[in-house]
Amino acid sequence: MSVGVLALQGDFREHAAVLRNLGAEVELIRRPEELARISGLVIPGGESSVMDKLARAFGLADPLAKAVRAGLPVYGTCAGLIMLADSVIDGIRGQQTIGGLDIAVRRNAFGSQTLSFETDLDVPVLGASPVHAVFIRAPVVETVGPRARALATLPDGRCVAVEQDNLLGTSFHPEISGEYRFHEYFLQKVADARFRH
Amino acid sequence: MTETTSAFGSSRVKRGLADMMKGGVIMDVVNAEQARIAEDAGAVAVMALERVPADIRSQGGVARMSDPDLIDSIIAEVSIPVMAKARIGHFVEAQILQALNVDYIDESEVLSPADYVNHIDKWNFTVPFVCGATNLGEALRRITEGAAMIRSKGEAGTGDVSEAMKHIRTIKGEVARLSALSKDELYVAAKELQAPYELVAEIASTGKLPVVLFVAGGVATPADAALMMQMGADGVFVGSGIFKSGNPQARANAIVKAVTFYDDPSVIASVSRGLGEAMVGINVSDLAAPHRLSERGW
Repeated sequence: MSVGVLALQGDFREHAAVLRNLGAEVELIRRPEELARISGLVIPGGESSVMDKLARAFGLADPLAKAVRAGLPVYGTCAGLIMLADSVIDGIRGQQTIGGLDIAVRRNAFGSQTLSFETDLDVPVLGASPVHAVFIRAPVVETVGPRARALATLPDGRCVAVEQDNLLGTSFHPEISGEYRFHEYFLQKVADARFRH
Repeated sequence: MTETTSAFGSSRVKRGLADMMKGGVIMDVVNAEQARIAEDAGAVAVMALERVPADIRSQGGVARMSDPDLIDSIIAEVSIPVMAKARIGHFVEAQILQALNVDYIDESEVLSPADYVNHIDKWNFTVPFVCGATNLGEALRRITEGAAMIRSKGEAGTGDVSEAMKHIRTIKGEVARLSALSKDELYVAAKELQAPYELVAEIASTGKLPVVLFVAGGVATPADAALMMQMGADGVFVGSGIFKSGNPQARANAIVKAVTFYDDPSVIASVSRGLGEAMVGINVSDLAAPHRLSERGW
């Protein structure tokens, strides 16, 4: 079994490279039948409205939603976090999500690209040394529901990383800053889930 | 709590937005209604401009940055990134576009150049820039000036994909050639490419450009878009090809799908059906040299 990276659009090759560097076997996923081959999935950064549209057009959205609810470990960054959110604020007309995370996410919460930034962030579950986080027209988690848990917040208190059982989501992009700990944390979820089955 | 400082407009942040657009289609739009169609069709970004290249070509005259009101109306209409064009070397147009909060500036040969010697010093800006290139040396000079994304130029406004093909083949071929050179040969290669040695050496070792490479100029059909992706493009710009065609909505949808499934002929065949007429093309070989936009910039 290998780990999938959703390859409809976005920086899926960067995620694949991080996962391979960590020793995982990686498959790029674009079709529903490919889901059967994977024991975990990363949804990359990109444009969430485009991923949503393509996932529905090619019949991937429903089987993916079922797999998430059946316990498939999934990690979403930026657009991927939006795809995993139960509710999205400021989506495009008709935008849908796969859901699973008991959160409401505001899309493009910081404004235009000139307000995109990188910063160091404390993420206690990953240890004492801070995570270098790159926020690109990033979303924030506006509401964390009772089933989800915040993993990191900005100095102003806004939540930018969450987990809930098999699911992990970040507003930022560890895959482009050489930060491997989120992917390691995710691969541990994949290993735990396989052990349970 | 660690002491934190946030950096805006760093290279990583600028290049990162281009990374997020990979595998996507950036569409030229001239009003809010077209921007809405583009977003609904699955564009990863729109390029806001007053006239698509085909009209600039047929109407002639000096082509400049778009009216700020037009750009505002497009930014207000969509939530995907909005790009806009400044003339080559026109740093004040770029300052205005940054003040308007566009997400990317295209320093573009499609507009009339404002400076025939210098390009914009793009390091001076928080907003990232994309620039055109016909070969590796030109791409590296733009990156040296601060471009965070490169698009091969092609020949805009023609619907003829042959120049786009020539430019992506040239850039890819030159990158591959660098990988085979020894260190002493790289010094000469840097001189020939008229680019800094450090950048040339980096590309020789990584085997790719340090920024995202899209293709532009002449893409008019789903097959053209998939062709560019199979050639190794990270994504495509479609200018006149969508809104100068018979059914822009259907064609925009189809090109988005063809870029994602660029290596699956059955998908490309199925999305290529029923699109109505493609834009009326001009063969690049029929264009007199002064009308070739790709020769602007150096």
